[in-house]
Amino acid sequence: MITKLMIIIPLIAAIIVPLLHKRFKTIHIGWFVLIIPTILFVMLLRFIPLISSGRTFTHTWDWIPSYNISFTTYLDGLSLLFALLITGIGSLVVLYSIFYLSKKESLHKFYCYLLLFMTAMLGVVFSDHLLVLYFFWEFTSVSSFLLIAFWHHRKASRRGAQKSMLITVSGGVAMLIGFLMVAEMTDSFSIREIISIMPTELDHRLFMPAMIFILLGAFTKSAQFPFHIWLPDAMEAPTPVSAYLHSATMVKAGIYLVARFTPIFAMNMNWFWIVSIVGLITLFWGSFNAGKQKDLKALLAFSTVSQLGLIMSLLGIGSIVYVLGYSAETAIYTQAGFAAIFHLMNHATFKGALFMTVGIIDHEVGSRDIRRLGGLMRVMPITFTIASIGSMSMAGLPFFNGFLSKEMFFEATLAIRHLDLHYAASLFVVVAWVASVLTFVYCAIFVAQTFFGTRDLLPKDRVIHEAPKGMLIAPSILAILVVLIFIFPNFFGKYILGSTMLSIYPNMGSIQEMTPTISAWHGFNTALIMTIGVIILGSILYATRKKWSGIYGVLPEKMTFNYLYDLIVEEIQIVGKFVTDLYMTGSLRHYLIYIYLFIFLVVGGYFVKSNSFAIDFSQNAPVEWYEIILMIVMALAAVFIIFAKLRLTAVVLNGVIGLGVAIFFVLFRAPDLALTQLVVESVTTVLFLLCFSYLPEWKVEKSAKITKLINAVIAIGAGVLVVVISFTVLEYSEFKTISGFFENAYELVGGANIVNAILGDFRAFDTMLEVVVLLTAGLGVYILIKSKSKKERNNHENK
Amino acid sequence: MKINDVILRTVVQVVVFIILTIAIYLFFAGHYTPGGGFVAGLVLASAAVLLYLTYDAEKIKKGLPLDFKVVAAIGVTLALTTGVAPVFFGQPFLNMSSISVPFPLIGEKELATVMIFELGVALTVVGVVMTIILSISEGGED
Repeated sequence: MITKLMIIIPLIAAIIVPLLHKRFKTIHIGWFVLIIPTILFVMLLRFIPLISSGRTFTHTWDWIPSYNISFTTYLDGLSLLFALLITGIGSLVVLYSIFYLSKKESLHKFYCYLLLFMTAMLGVVFSDHLLVLYFFWEFTSVSSFLLIAFWHHRKASRRGAQKSMLITVSGGVAMLIGFLMVAEMTDSFSIREIISIMPTELDHRLFMPAMIFILLGAFTKSAQFPFHIWLPDAMEAPTPVSAYLHSATMVKAGIYLVARFTPIFAMNMNWFWIVSIVGLITLFWGSFNAGKQKDLKALLAFSTVSQLGLIMSLLGIGSIVYVLGYSAETAIYTQAGFAAIFHLMNHATFKGALFMTVGIIDHEVGSRDIRRLGGLMRVMPITFTIASIGSMSMAGLPFFNGFLSKEMFFEATLAIRHLDLHYAASLFVVVAWVASVLTFVYCAIFVAQTFFGTRDLLPKDRVIHEAPKGMLIAPSILAILVVLIFIFPNFFGKYILGSTMLSIYPNMGSIQEMTPTISAWHGFNTALIMTIGVIILGSILYATRKKWSGIYGVLPEKMTFNYLYDLIVEEIQIVGKFVTDLYMTGSLRHYLIYIYLFIFLVVGGYFVKSNSFAIDFSQNAPVEWYEIILMIVMALAAVFIIFAKLRLTAVVLNGVIGLGVAIFFVLFRAPDLALTQLVVESVTTVLFLLCFSYLPEWKVEKSAKITKLINAVIAIGAGVLVVVISFTVLEYSEFKTISGFFENAYELVGGANIVNAILGDFRAFDTMLEVVVLLTAGLGVYILIKSKSKKERNNHENK
Repeated sequence: MKINDVILRTVVQVVVFIILTIAIYLFFAGHYTPGGGFVAGLVLASAAVLLYLTYDAEKIKKGLPLDFKVVAAIGVTLALTTGVAPVFFGQPFLNMSSISVPFPLIGEKELATVMIFELGVALTVVGVVMTIILSISEGGED
């Protein structure tokens, strides 16, 4: 119950906060928002002792019982860790944003989106039902889109938002397909049930496709190669958003998914291969590209890509246990899974701090360009300290938490040697080591280029000084955590990380067996030698980087995935426009032709195919003489419309037909319809008259004979079809008649007026949707007319 | 050219009230005799159209300060809420319920949630018709 509450609280706050914005103009509304994640964080802290003793909590709420969709929340070690990150980093980011964003920005929107994101993210980690999980998953993409495009007057922001949306949502749809396949295989949507059923379905033909589709979802979200291209562009978001979504939480949703699905898919060796290889490629590619970036945030974006790859490959290595079976010898691989989760937590702390320092530099200096920055160490000593702690942790240097998890990563890749994989095993070690060297290089660039050197190239128009105290609180807390985790790793390991092992490796060992003791010093072993090698070679490469930076130009522009993405997006638009232009001609006559042809083919086709045309006059009531006269009048009016010389004549003749119908309604004792028809006639006549001034001159039609002939055939065909169907319906017996309900309207709904009983009760769903359609149409007319005159003024947006 | 429309103005002053009365009658009569939310909405709209045809738009905006887009939106919201609300009371979606209430003077009458639904329909119809007509008539000016 309490987990459900935690999902709902930010959602309610997202509605209330914009209202507060109007009431309290003098207070930064961030202070109100800050309460929400802080409370949630404290609520979650209370669960730590219970969860770390191996307990889990579930709560079910029927959502759409007829489709067997229930909103089940599930709180175990893995979801607790993620929820702690979401609310903990969330609180710090909100605190930071209070000082980062000025009151002039549209803060109500910003915090509304941020809280929506929090809801979505908590929903992802707490959901047990696959479809509910998918719902929240897409919800994170949407709220991320809104946050990236927060400064939507900038073209780059809109482009970045669109890119991230397109890539993550396509991945999400692939994931949905995978989910449906899993549900097809196991006949269940509950992750916990699927975990217990799946081992019996390993040979199912949908097993591999499902695995690949679900991994596509995870890889796009977690910016794995080659889908990583959206993350650097997403850096157009305000820095608090980058720190929160694009380093600490949302991009880790993919990691969460892989960890969650490891017990489901890892029995198949392919899971190990795909996850670890993709992770390693991403690790290398991200760290390689980070070094060439000129923008501090872009550098951090690529470093995030690379670190996500590292976590992903660790999860991959850890999943090999499912193939080998759990025993004392293979327990070393579960430690890879442990290292993944450990590094995930470490990464959130140091990367969050780094993003915040970049935000501070951007805020105080007004530039994030590495080529211009320099010499900030003296003017911004605190920022410098935080940035160095973060960078050294990221580079895996001793005395910071990154060192511990990086050592464990080296151990894990070394452990692969014990498997019978020949060359592949050494490839793991080599890629891991090379990527670590490159990581060291870009960390050095980050610190040295920003804080050392001269300040000559900086913008001269402002005096640079240390950031306000409030802005430094959040990154300082994170930097302190970076050190604390290094000093007391086993405290965190025991209480927070240990229980996640039960989620990734259920039914294997106890928490105590699978939680390794983390120690900073574990002898002069291979991993330590590798780290020393990283430092030495990294320093050499940093010092000589001008000599080898030409390597970045080797790959031509046309070979990059960014180019491919742009090409696809562009081509889709061109092809889409071409296809649309084929039939959207702007001519009402063409649209009418489509509509009538469609009705003719589908409805007429159905009646022909089922051979149910049946015209039988014998049962009909006798036709009175006045009815015949009325019919002739209407028919004549219809024919005259075609030959009318003036538009006004046409409108009047159209009115004649409408009134004729009304009289028919009276004759056949349908006063309701007659009344409605009369009022509709009068209102539409007014509408017609109003439109006169806009319409072009009424001209004699000058189209080719053949066009006229085709039009005539379609018109007559449609008319004949309606007549024939009207007669047929009287005899039709394919469907069960529903008029019995209407005859008993008074007993069933207590209304004597059948027409109203149908509209308001029997077919109320239709009426409800029609009302919505009506509103949409009305707003459509309003917008079309109003936007026409505003078009010129709106051009300023595309600068 | 100034049209002398004294007769129209005088007639409309009286006729509008008759039309409005009919609209209200039609709305309440709908459950048992011809009428209902849709027709009532249309009749209301035609009364408003008549006013706009007779007097200048500025004057009516002062006397009838309504944003018809909002009216339509309120209508849709009402219709949707009556549809969804039963779900929260354990009833099926769109379930309509009614109670008999004794009123002073007019005796026992039935009060049904259908009425709220119909009110929603009526408001939407008025709102949309007026929005379309007004925006088309004003469209060329700005």
